[in-house]
Amino acid sequence: MKTTGVMIPTLLGRISKKPVTVLYPFEKLEVPPGFRGKIKFHLDKCIGCGMCAKDCVSAACIMIEKDDKKRPIFDMDKCTFCGQCEESCPKDAIEMTEEYELAHLNRGEVIVE
Amino acid sequence: MAEVRIPIGPQHPALKEPERFMITVEGETVVDADIKIGHIHRGIEKLAETKTYVQNQYLTERICGICSFTHTTNFCQVTEYVLGTDPPPRGLYLRTLVNELERIHSHLLWLGVAGHEMGFDTLFMYSWDDREIVQDILEHLTGNRVNYAYNCVGGVRRDITDAQKQMIIRGMDALLERMDYYVKVALNEKTILKRTQGVGILTTEDAKRLCAVGPRLRASNVKVDVRKDDPYAAYGELPFEVITSDTLDVHAQVVVRALETVESIKMCKYMMQNLPAGEIRVKVPKKVGPGEATSHTEAPRGEDIHHLRANGTDKPERLKVRAPTLANILNVQHTLKGANIADIPLVVAGIDPCMGCMDRVLIIDKDRETSKVWEKEELRKYSIEWYEGEPHR
Repeated sequence: MKTTGVMIPTLLGRISKKPVTVLYPFEKLEVPPGFRGKIKFHLDKCIGCGMCAKDCVSAACIMIEKDDKKRPIFDMDKCTFCGQCEESCPKDAIEMTEEYELAHLNRGEVIVE
Repeated sequence: MAEVRIPIGPQHPALKEPERFMITVEGETVVDADIKIGHIHRGIEKLAETKTYVQNQYLTERICGICSFTHTTNFCQVTEYVLGTDPPPRGLYLRTLVNELERIHSHLLWLGVAGHEMGFDTLFMYSWDDREIVQDILEHLTGNRVNYAYNCVGGVRRDITDAQKQMIIRGMDALLERMDYYVKVALNEKTILKRTQGVGILTTEDAKRLCAVGPRLRASNVKVDVRKDDPYAAYGELPFEVITSDTLDVHAQVVVRALETVESIKMCKYMMQNLPAGEIRVKVPKKVGPGEATSHTEAPRGEDIHHLRANGTDKPERLKVRAPTLANILNVQHTLKGANIADIPLVVAGIDPCMGCMDRVLIIDKDRETSKVWEKEELRKYSIEWYEGEPHR
């Protein structure tokens, strides 16, 4: 039947239910397993092959030389969180964690070494 | 009669995406529409030439924020054509699955936007709430809500677990119920019927002549769908119907999109019940070519084309992308002629414009030789008030 107010029963049905949205900083949604968040780097496993830096699309991962050893650093404010470095690493030295709150006042804090 | 044109925009702090519509009117009727595009040119095609094929998997994802997966599917497919690689069946099924999940979320998003444009915000809020079901599935399956990073040349990057399979089947059952309800709303709710029936009519001949694509073309009663006509990925093995409508107007687009979503939901369920076992990807060489290939897919908005020329190195020599909105913008210009000013937002929203919605409109009144610049929100308010004020239809 063509009429107005077809959605009114749905609206009334929702009155007794909780709001759909959550108040973010006070209440947080759970992150699913396999979520690609902030990178965690295991220096002890790294062999300095540079595959991660070669495949990084946004140049967030670059190779540096420290203590006579080649190693990558990860700039999280350039990172697109595609997880290609994790996939390219032959030694599983790179891991994507479930941490997603990456706002900092100091730029140095978002660089993962 | 001389026309007054004011050069404001396209670069303006109030704009979300730069694109300009110059509308010439006589009273309430649009007599001419001039659309300027190209202000949001980002140079992605050129950038793709400087990146390797592995990096381009993630670059092509950034072409569009809503239909990101169809672009990566296209890019991976075109690279596979040049390489002569066939991804394993399970990989193709998973690729098709995410393509269809993306279509569901895109069509639900459009349903909400269309509801918002016609002043029916209840529909907007509820359809976007139901969209979260499929967004959650995508996040569980791929690791992200928007830029999935799920595709790769030679297959897909992640396998699916049994828990995720169950989650998809449960989610699809819930969505199917909701979509049946939305189809009922679209066919019976007077608010929708009054604003969409008879608005933005594009005849079958005009749709073919102006090369319309996707749901806009199917709403003009042309049975064309890349998934059916030239099956890619696993579409050849899936049972589904191509939805068309013969009413040719914006309401036809609402119905086509709603019923297409129902088809997609059924396809997702079918894929979960008939998922082949085996590998999800094959290893491919980093250097591609030399060779040239073209691939097309059915994006939520229509046919999307990628053309690749490879020269034997690890970087493409040329990548050409034709997104569906570019094909559809021509028929918007045609459809706007003869429409009321109040129908402009709905006609433009009808094609589901991907790059740049109609943020700024310059109205030129031919009789008074005056012009004023309207922002999208003002135009939306005007259209709702115009229809509320008196029964025009």
